[in-house]
Amino acid sequence: MSTIDQCQRNFHFRGRSFIAFALSPEPPIADWLVALGEWAAKSPGFFLGRPVVLDLMAVTLSEHAIGHLIDQLAQRGIRIMGLTGVDPAMTSEKLPPVLSGGWASEKAIGVESPTSGAPAQKEPASLLLDEPVRSGQSVHFPAGDVTILGSVASGAEIVAGGSIHIYGTLRGTAMAGSFGDERARIFCSRNEAELLAINGYYQTAEDMAAELRSKPAQAWLESTSLMIATLV
Amino acid sequence: MAKVVVITSGKGGVGKTTSTAALGAALAQSGQKVVVVDFDVGLRNLDLLMGAERRVVYDLVNVTQGLAKLPQALIRDKRLENLHLLPASQTRDKDALTEEGVAQVITELRSWFDWVICDSPAGIERGATLAMRFADTALVITNPEVSSVRDSDRIIGLLDSKTKKAEDGERIEKHLLITRFDPARSATGEMLSIDDVLEILATPLLGIVPESQEVLRASNLGTPVTLSNPASAAARAYMAAAQRLMGEDVPMTIPSDKKSLFDKLFGRRAA
Repeated sequence: MSTIDQCQRNFHFRGRSFIAFALSPEPPIADWLVALGEWAAKSPGFFLGRPVVLDLMAVTLSEHAIGHLIDQLAQRGIRIMGLTGVDPAMTSEKLPPVLSGGWASEKAIGVESPTSGAPAQKEPASLLLDEPVRSGQSVHFPAGDVTILGSVASGAEIVAGGSIHIYGTLRGTAMAGSFGDERARIFCSRNEAELLAINGYYQTAEDMAAELRSKPAQAWLESTSLMIATLV
Repeated sequence: MAKVVVITSGKGGVGKTTSTAALGAALAQSGQKVVVVDFDVGLRNLDLLMGAERRVVYDLVNVTQGLAKLPQALIRDKRLENLHLLPASQTRDKDALTEEGVAQVITELRSWFDWVICDSPAGIERGATLAMRFADTALVITNPEVSSVRDSDRIIGLLDSKTKKAEDGERIEKHLLITRFDPARSATGEMLSIDDVLEILATPLLGIVPESQEVLRASNLGTPVTLSNPASAAARAYMAAAQRLMGEDVPMTIPSDKKSLFDKLFGRRAA
């Protein structure tokens, strides 16, 4: 198979999705920064080394103001990898790139649209891991559910587009529904989690009630609150 | 068939070098041909624990760079003729080691010895990953406390991804050696229990070495504890671990330094 041929056929499926946290400032920006500072103080290091996108949908800022806001965030240890919700004409090369939906760029590199070509090769919608997930390891599976037969260690992280099922003990971080699926859930046979998140709403170990710890538990989302309950 | 064992932990100060010396000596005492290799380039210690610091001429870095031949760098132990040391360099840093150089040295050592025991530096950087790179078996040293256990977990993850065996799609054999265990403190909950550690790390146990003054004494003497005081609890624990490493079926116990009969009698009278 020639390189070009492979590129045309497979490029779409070899594309990689990356998970970024979207920060959405609200006016007035000064108050929002104070609130962010207080919030970040409760979860030190939450943004450390994580990709963060700045969503400017709710605010109208000049190019200079955007730059200033990015500097302010940088002082709080938050590095912005891209902007969204802003007119590209309002930005300059000094600012992080504006991220938009992927369609335009996909067309530009000549990927066949799913309807016109051969049947699309479907990615499996679930991932099964039969080994423990060790500290420092990170499992990213945007396509769907993740099932883990072993334990997830302290300092390990699971990020899934769908639900997360852990048959061992969850001591690390589990983030389900990370691409907007608010119906995703997290199940574990023993909850010692450092952090549970669904669709960006999270609770840290400190937020969790003591009676929910060291027990089988599930987490789900009710509008914007992360709910946790023990499983009987 | 030679076996290459890496002694690793992630965290420093948990007893990697002590365990390397003790297990190396224990295997040699059982008649095996053993070489202990110090991978802690820049912070070498194994020579001190083996009591060979005054006889170091060439080191691992010299051999990997082709400046010395392996037989010139190997130091034969004065007490056990089938125990050898390949020291690290103190004046260089970990970047002085190359993967090709290490591969060549390990291959050569395999042809001469039954056991090649690599003492890994702490951390998860180049020195540690090169020490584990060509191992057949890994011995993860853990103290029964949370930070050590978490770092060991991290190292186990690296063993399953960064070793040559893992990259070739094989499985590296892994064992856990719990050191500095204090039964009294474990019973009161000041220390993690053996069951907790095994549950978190999900790795088979090779042995439990109790906290012992004999280990410190042995380090200061420059003699592995299995040679300096074979009757001590720590020495018996290392001996049993070495036997299990050789595939013998030894029941798992936690040796303790029992008081002598005289102490017991004396203690009873005094009370």
